[in-house]
Amino acid sequence: MKQKKSKIRSSRSDKIFDTINVCLMILVLLIMLYPLWFVLIASFSDPNAVNMGKVTLYPVGFTTASYINVLGSDKIWSGYYNTIFNTLFGTALNLALTIPCGYVLSKKELPGRGFLSILFVITMYFGGGMIPAYLNVYNLGLLDNRWTLVILGGISVYNMIITRTYFQNSIPGELYESATIDGASHFRSFFQIAIPLAAPIIAVIALYYAVGRWNEYYNALIYVNKTELMPLQIVLRNILINNQNLLDQLLADPNATEEQISNQARLAYMAESMKYAIIYVASLPMLLLYPFIQKYFVKGVMIGSLKG
Amino acid sequence: MRHSITTQPSAVYMKKKISQRPLRSFNKALSMWQLYVLILPAVVYLIIFSYFPMYGIQIAFKNYRVSKGIWGSEWVGLDHFVRFLTFPNFWKIMLNTLRISFKSLIWGFPFPVLLALLLNELNNVTFKKIVQMITYAPHFISTITVCGMVLLFFNREYGIVNAVISALGGEKVDWLSNASYFDALYVGSGIWQSLGWGTIIYLAALSGVSPEMVEAAKIDGASRAKVVWHINIPTILPTIVIMLILNCGSLLGVGFEKVFALQNDLNLEVSNVISTYTYQIGLQGGQFSYASAIGLFNNIVNVIVLIFVNTIAKKLSDISIL
Repeated sequence: MKQKKSKIRSSRSDKIFDTINVCLMILVLLIMLYPLWFVLIASFSDPNAVNMGKVTLYPVGFTTASYINVLGSDKIWSGYYNTIFNTLFGTALNLALTIPCGYVLSKKELPGRGFLSILFVITMYFGGGMIPAYLNVYNLGLLDNRWTLVILGGISVYNMIITRTYFQNSIPGELYESATIDGASHFRSFFQIAIPLAAPIIAVIALYYAVGRWNEYYNALIYVNKTELMPLQIVLRNILINNQNLLDQLLADPNATEEQISNQARLAYMAESMKYAIIYVASLPMLLLYPFIQKYFVKGVMIGSLKG
Repeated sequence: MRHSITTQPSAVYMKKKISQRPLRSFNKALSMWQLYVLILPAVVYLIIFSYFPMYGIQIAFKNYRVSKGIWGSEWVGLDHFVRFLTFPNFWKIMLNTLRISFKSLIWGFPFPVLLALLLNELNNVTFKKIVQMITYAPHFISTITVCGMVLLFFNREYGIVNAVISALGGEKVDWLSNASYFDALYVGSGIWQSLGWGTIIYLAALSGVSPEMVEAAKIDGASRAKVVWHINIPTILPTIVIMLILNCGSLLGVGFEKVFALQNDLNLEVSNVISTYTYQIGLQGGQFSYASAIGLFNNIVNVIVLIFVNTIAKKLSDISIL
């Protein structure tokens, strides 16, 4: 009865509200999707058609040439290799540091817990800065090393706090108490009780770290100079961003001959279309994975927000 | 201390208790040694990679020479800070930094809130899930890729944007080399990338809206828009304030990566910010001490802003993060 009444009363203005809302959402969807869609169709189109602006809604002059070009480049493969290496080992290190740390700091009765927590939290707001950090890595002999990017970025305090909050709120303290009464050591409690029960949060944190590692770029820019160690994001930057600047300069050069320009333009067209392909080549693993892992990510944000 | 206030049976007992406390907590710590072992790797890591660099900050007050090391270099006091503050471009760099982050905040902050409020009103669960999933996508794409897309789309010669403009009979626009478009591209692409992801926290807060209250309001004849305005928004207000504080905390911490990626010689006038300047001076120019001073200055201002904003928020709404 009640429900019916409220439905009747609110019908008209609410219908307008709903319609506007759905229209806005469709607009948002278009804004989100179109750039991604455009990159996709441009990567499969004839470079000339893309550059003339003929490609807008679907591929024109379908070709996989740019993908063949991109996948034929050694740089891409070595970038892929390095990124996978960093992501695998880096995430493993991240978990090995973060999970025990979050567990220990969740123990309210631990003497010195407050001090240790502060030690970690300070680094969220204050740090040495770019140059002292660089000198530190330099002094440790970690510049331009195969393991440089694995070791740097070893722990994110934000992720550690999420883990701590999970241990505090989701695993009942009685469980540990009874284990202690039964004679279990702290090691045993951690490895045999806490870790199995923390599987959901471990998944969340692992994914957070892995995506961060995959997209990582700053550390690589600062600490790695050797071409063979460059991860995918640096390769991407060199192709997508630096090439572009070079090309613009060349086109603006008043002394360039006609032939040079037309030759360059042909190469430029090819280079441009390769850029569209490379965006998908580099982002595909994430774009394919994220629909499956996004719910874990959302979970992480929720746990994190419990203790903003 | 709190202990001694709550239990005051007799002075003798109190004295005994206090004298026993350090010993007891030492014994307790000893019995928990395994926990300290578990946290040890993380603490060591933190000391090496976060606190060693903090020790290195002293070079901001020295003339760092590689041969003499951090400790052996001579002190010069505040020279580097004075040099930065009197540097002719100081205000330009400062204002660029503030302008870019302020614009990102002003334009970037409201959209996720708005989208979350609207998403929450969708009746069709499947449609809602589709919108959420698609808006999350850009969050998983790297900053470099997003910047690369901006450069591709807005390229003067081959970009889709100019292609569409000229197809409609307009003049091609120099989006990338014209400094006046830098902010719009920077902020716009930022919104595109973080809009969907930013809604999660507000959607979580919106799940805390009491259904009884909404039902009651509806029976009283409130429209959907009114429910959103008078119930949903006040419910998520604390979350909004906390997010605002957190965002203000990094007001001077404009992301290096993105500005650096979008920077070119022609837009340097508006795109040179503290972090890119530090990079240019320090790592490319080798002036380690001067660059460290700039970095430290930046960091201190950030902390001050964070404390300031946090205090204001605490006074106004009793919400704080510190």
